Amino acid sequence: MTELPPAIHLESVSRHYLMGESVIRAVNDVSLTVPSGGFLALLGSSGSGKSTLLNLIAGLDRPSSGSVVAHGQDLSKMSSLELARYRRQTVGMVFQSFNLLPRMTLEENVELPLRLAEVDRSERATRVREALSRVGLEKRIGHRPSELSGGEQQRTAIARALVNRPKILLADEPTGNLDSATGESILTLLREIQKNPGMTIVMVTHERALAERFADRLAVMGDGKLLSNGAAR
Amino acid sequence: MKLRDLSDLAFRNLREAVLRNSLTTLGVAVGVASLVAMLSLGVGLQQLATSRLAKSGLFDSIFVTPKTNLRGPGGGPPATRAPASKARPLDADARVEISRMPNVIEVYPQIRFFTEVRYDSKPFATMVAGMPESSKASGAFDGMQGSFFSSPNADEAILQAEFAKELNPQTASLIGKDLILRYAERQALPSQAQAGDPAEYPGGFSVVPKEKHLRIIGVVETEPASGFGGFGSGRLLIPLPLAETLRAAQVNDLRDILRDTSSDKPTYSSLTVRVKSPSLVEATEAKLKDLGFSAFSLLDASKSLRIFFLVFDLLLTIFSSLALAVATLGIINTLVMAVLERRREIGVLKALGAADSDVKQLFFVEAGVIGLFGGILGVFLGWLIGRTLNFGTVLYLHRQNLPGVDITSVPLWLVAFGILFAVLVSLAAGLYPASRAARLDPVQALRYE
Repeated sequence: MTELPPAIHLESVSRHYLMGESVIRAVNDVSLTVPSGGFLALLGSSGSGKSTLLNLIAGLDRPSSGSVVAHGQDLSKMSSLELARYRRQTVGMVFQSFNLLPRMTLEENVELPLRLAEVDRSERATRVREALSRVGLEKRIGHRPSELSGGEQQRTAIARALVNRPKILLADEPTGNLDSATGESILTLLREIQKNPGMTIVMVTHERALAERFADRLAVMGDGKLLSNGAAR
Repeated sequence: MKLRDLSDLAFRNLREAVLRNSLTTLGVAVGVASLVAMLSLGVGLQQLATSRLAKSGLFDSIFVTPKTNLRGPGGGPPATRAPASKARPLDADARVEISRMPNVIEVYPQIRFFTEVRYDSKPFATMVAGMPESSKASGAFDGMQGSFFSSPNADEAILQAEFAKELNPQTASLIGKDLILRYAERQALPSQAQAGDPAEYPGGFSVVPKEKHLRIIGVVETEPASGFGGFGSGRLLIPLPLAETLRAAQVNDLRDILRDTSSDKPTYSSLTVRVKSPSLVEATEAKLKDLGFSAFSLLDASKSLRIFFLVFDLLLTIFSSLALAVATLGIINTLVMAVLERRREIGVLKALGAADSDVKQLFFVEAGVIGLFGGILGVFLGWLIGRTLNFGTVLYLHRQNLPGVDITSVPLWLVAFGILFAVLVSLAAGLYPASRAARLDPVQALRYE
């Protein structure tokens, strides 16, 4: 049986910032591989560089050195326009604070990536309903985010991340603003998405217990470096 | 992103800060209104001037004289003049030929002659002028007391107000009264050629005193007969066909005798040729010269008038654009504020796959929408200001017993220009905020609280 190519491969990736005269090494020489269909949890304390690493994988930021390859595409060599296309087509993102646009309904929020991808209007409604139905919110389609609970808002954000059918789902502290029960249900949902339709997930979290329960692999970061990388228990 | 989606998002964003965006749009509207109002004044005054001048017949007329006539007495040594036998006479045949030329609508002679008028048994010396039927539409008779000639051959007279006051200070009471015109009728002598020696006895005419009873039917304040081609102000106006039948001796008759002895047909010292539009004057003038006549027009004056109004409109545009410049700063301020307030949203859009160009276009469309609505509202306000100015002017003129005129005009091109200008200026104003939004670092933008 042939092994699938890795979904994400980081090779000696560093991201340094200049703050005055001092150099902040947010990510320092990290090499990491995430197999296709895998669920990686990036663990670490605040300021360890896990969110910076996630932004590099998302194509929102560029490494100071090293390479980030996702599904065969080297992000460090891409133009700004190509990176935008990559974010639109290859990755979906979920944030700690949901980042839904408050003036839009759930339907409109979930439709937003389809607008950016210039998907035909006739197809959009179906795909939005599918995505919302996947997260169990098809009956709240006309509501605004402010009318939903935190868990429902995060589900909406997941629907928005899924609507363009990406290959990689990136989640930055998806349970950070939720109570433990709701957080658990969100991770259960992510786990289902990972298995069906088969998606690579990279999740940043500082909740080790949850990460061990739901992720396949754990990567621990500290001071910008990868401290450990291995299978979850 | 497609334009429809961009517009949809832009409208949604503008509705979010409805008060601020409405005030910005109002600022643009005020700027456009001042621009449209000023330009409508320029356009209106230009239309007023050109229509008055067009009505006066000055710019669609060509003044034709025989070639030697313009030299006049002392016009050069006799040796330099065209031989009299070669100069084409401006006679009835020439008049018919000219009237058949393409684009010519009217050909008439200038008839002015000194006369003595007897009114109420008192003599008054004055100048009589024959008025063509077309002069009725010239605007010179607008607001006159009484009425225009009832027919081209009517034995009727219209008095210029100053002359009318000499007859009776109560000019209105003159209307319907009769006066006697005493003039010298020109009568041709029998051809001297038939008597034997044409060289020794050139042709000529005798003058016979005549009288004509005329009814005063109107008094006019303006001087309709003082225009282009005239030899002086006519103060007693009679229909031109009537003036022609009188065969009154005119000031140039003596010169005609000296100039041309070969024809026994009546000649004209000058003819006025009117063409369909001022744009046809130049070509017709050239053709008339080709026919062997002297011809000139006021075309150059018309061009100067157009240049004057172009400069006038340009100055009005510059001054009124100042208000629009202030409005532009308002748009920049509004959009820069929007970029700051929506940093996180811009970050989300970029995280979802929006390219820098999508973000830039979104802010451009928002600026364009402000410009479009500001432009539409501004054109309406400008039109309203113009109407108010027209209303005020008409009211003022009516109080001065003068006919009302529209001094402003908002033609369709000005409507389109106002809206287009507002949109373009708004887009230019959106350039900086849109670039700033597009350049935002998505990671920084997503961290923004």
